[in-house]
Amino acid sequence: MTTTPTQLAVAAEEKGSPLNGGGPTSARRVIHTMRRSPAVLFSAGFIVLIALMAIFAPLLVQLSGWGPYEYDANAVNPDLGGLPHGSLGGIGADHWLGVEPQSGRDIFARIAYGGRVSLSIAVSATLLTTFIGVVLGTVAGFFGGVADQIISRLMDFLMAFPSLIFMIALLSALPAGNRPVLLVLVLSVFGWPYMARVIRGQSMSIKNREFVEAAYASGASKLQIVFREVLPNLTGTIIVMCTLSVPGYIGTEAGLSFLGVGVTPPTASWGQMIAAAVPWYATDPMFFMVPGTFLFLTVLSFTVFGDHLSKAIDTGEAR
Amino acid sequence: MVSYFLRRLFSVAVILFFVSFLTFVIFFQLSPDPAVMICGKTCTPERIEQIREQLGVNQPFLTQFFTFLGGIFAGRSYGAGEAAIHCAAPCLGFSFQTSQSVMDMIVSRLPVSITIAAGAAVLWLLIGVSAGLISAIKSGTWWDKGAMMFALGGISLPNYFIALVLQYVLVVQLQILPFPSTPDFAEDPLFWFQSYIMPWSVLAFGYASMYARLTRANVLDTLGENFMRTARAKGLPPLLVLRRHALRPSLTPIVTLFGMDFAGLLGGALITETVFGLNGVGKLAADSIGKNDQPVIMGVTLMAALFVVVANVVVDLLYAFLDPRVRIKA
Repeated sequence: MTTTPTQLAVAAEEKGSPLNGGGPTSARRVIHTMRRSPAVLFSAGFIVLIALMAIFAPLLVQLSGWGPYEYDANAVNPDLGGLPHGSLGGIGADHWLGVEPQSGRDIFARIAYGGRVSLSIAVSATLLTTFIGVVLGTVAGFFGGVADQIISRLMDFLMAFPSLIFMIALLSALPAGNRPVLLVLVLSVFGWPYMARVIRGQSMSIKNREFVEAAYASGASKLQIVFREVLPNLTGTIIVMCTLSVPGYIGTEAGLSFLGVGVTPPTASWGQMIAAAVPWYATDPMFFMVPGTFLFLTVLSFTVFGDHLSKAIDTGEAR
Repeated sequence: MVSYFLRRLFSVAVILFFVSFLTFVIFFQLSPDPAVMICGKTCTPERIEQIREQLGVNQPFLTQFFTFLGGIFAGRSYGAGEAAIHCAAPCLGFSFQTSQSVMDMIVSRLPVSITIAAGAAVLWLLIGVSAGLISAIKSGTWWDKGAMMFALGGISLPNYFIALVLQYVLVVQLQILPFPSTPDFAEDPLFWFQSYIMPWSVLAFGYASMYARLTRANVLDTLGENFMRTARAKGLPPLLVLRRHALRPSLTPIVTLFGMDFAGLLGGALITETVFGLNGVGKLAADSIGKNDQPVIMGVTLMAALFVVVANVVVDLLYAFLDPRVRIKA
C-alpha cells in the first residue's frame, strides 16, 4: 500500500508526459525498446506466422493434401452420427487439425482459408477507418468551424448508436452480394468515429503549438501545414490506433459471422466455424477448440503488440 | 443546469428520430417485400395487394414512416372498416411470423435480459474495478502482472468461445451446473442462481477485463498528478490519500462507460443469450434476423437505441454531479 514518491515519479514519467499529440519518436528507438520484450517477440512472431499461413493457404493446403471444400467421407464415422474417426476430432497425419464432423472437411485447410478471410476483412476495415478517421478528424480538429460542428455531430450520432445490433440488422437486410466487402463497409461506417475523435483532439492541440505558428510566420499555406506539420506528428497515434483496432475488427467480424450475418458458408471464417461447431460442442469439442484457439491467440497477439507499441511510442491519449 | 438538461433532451429526440428513420429505410425499403413473405407459397397477386393495403406498404415512403412514428406515440390501426386491427399506443407493429404485437414480445422478454445484464454488471464492476485498483496501487508487483495478464486474456477471448468451453467443462464433463435456462427466482432461488451464473460470468469476464485495465490506467494517471503529491506532503496517510483524492477523479470516467455498457446490454446480450439459448431480447433479435421478421428486428433496434441514448443523458447528468468541473462549464 506504500506508494513512494520515487515510484510516482517513474509512473509520471511513463504516463503523464504531456506530449499532446505524440511527438515524433524516432522509429529506431521504438524498435529498440520493442525488441527487448519477449512478449512483443512472441506476439509479433505469431502474427507473422498467421499472416504467412493466410497468404500461402493454397500452397499449404496442397502440402497437407486436403482442400477447404473437399469432403472426406472416410474420416467420419456414419455409425456415430458422423463423428470423426479417432480421438481428438480426427487429428492425425492425414488431417493435421482434424476434420469437421459429418462432412469430413479438413479443419486445417478451413482454418488457413478462414484466416485469409478474417485477416483481410480486419485489415481492410482498419485501413478504411483509418483513412476516413484521419481525414475527417484532421478536418474537424484543424479547420474547426462549421466542418467541425457537422463532423462532431455525426460522430456523436454514430457513437450513440447501438452499433452491434444495428450492424446485424443492416447485414441481415442487405442483399447477399459480396459478403466480405459488405462486412468491411459496415464495420468501417461504425468504426471511423473512434479514430476520428482521437485525431481531432490531437490536431486541435497541435495547431496551437509554436512550430505551427512558426510555419505560418514563414509563409506556409494551410494545406502545407496539415501535411508537413500536423500529420507527421500524428503518425505515432495513427500507428498505435491501427494496431489496436485490428484485433477489434477480427473479433467483431468473428462475432457477426458467428451470429450468421457475416461470411456465408461454404466460405470459411473463424467465427463462422465456431458457430458451425455449436451443435457438436458436447460430442466433438475439438471442432470449436481449434478455431477458437486460433481466434484467441491472434486477437491476443495483436493486443499485446499494440499495447507495447503504444507504451513505446507513448501517445498519451491513444491507450 | 435546466437549459443544459433541456438541450440534452432535445438531442436525444433528434438522435432517436434519425435512428428510426435509418432503420425504417433499411427495413422497409431495402428488404424484400413483406407482403410476399406473409402471403407464402400459395399466393395470388390480388392477395398480395390486399396485404399491402392492410400493412400500409402501398403508401408513399414518408407517409409510411410518419404513420409508423405516429403509431409509437398515439397508436395506429391496420386496415380499414370492420377488419381494422387496432394497435395501442407504443405501437411497433406486429410480427410477420407470429402476428403478435412487437411491443408485447419485447416486453415479455425484457425481464430475462435485465436479469442477465444486472447480474453480470454486479460481477464485472466488483471484480473489474477492484482488480484495477489493486493493480494500480501495487503497480509492478506480481499481483499487478498477474491481474493484467488475466485481463488481457479476458479482452481477447470471444465470449461465445468461453461460453462453449465453460458449458463443455462444467455442464457436460463435470456436471456441476445445470444447462442455463431462465427459471423463476421465487420458485427455487438456488436453481435460479445456478442457471444464471454461467451467462453472468461469461458476459462479465470481458467487461471486467476492460474495466480493470481502464481503472488501473486512470488511477495511475491520477497518482501522478500534482495534487496527490500535495496531499501526501500534508502528511495524510496513504489510504486516506487514496480514498479522498484519488478515487473520485479516476472512477468518474468508469461511470460513463458503465452507463453505456449496461444500457447496451438491456437491449439484449445478443451473443450470450444466443449461445446459451436464453429467451431474452437479444435472442429475440437473433431469431427474428434468421426469419427475416422485419418489424421485430426494427422494434428491438429502436428499443436498444432508446436505452443507449437515454443512458447517455443520465450518465452526463451524473457526471455533472460527480465532477464539479463539468458543472461549471454546463
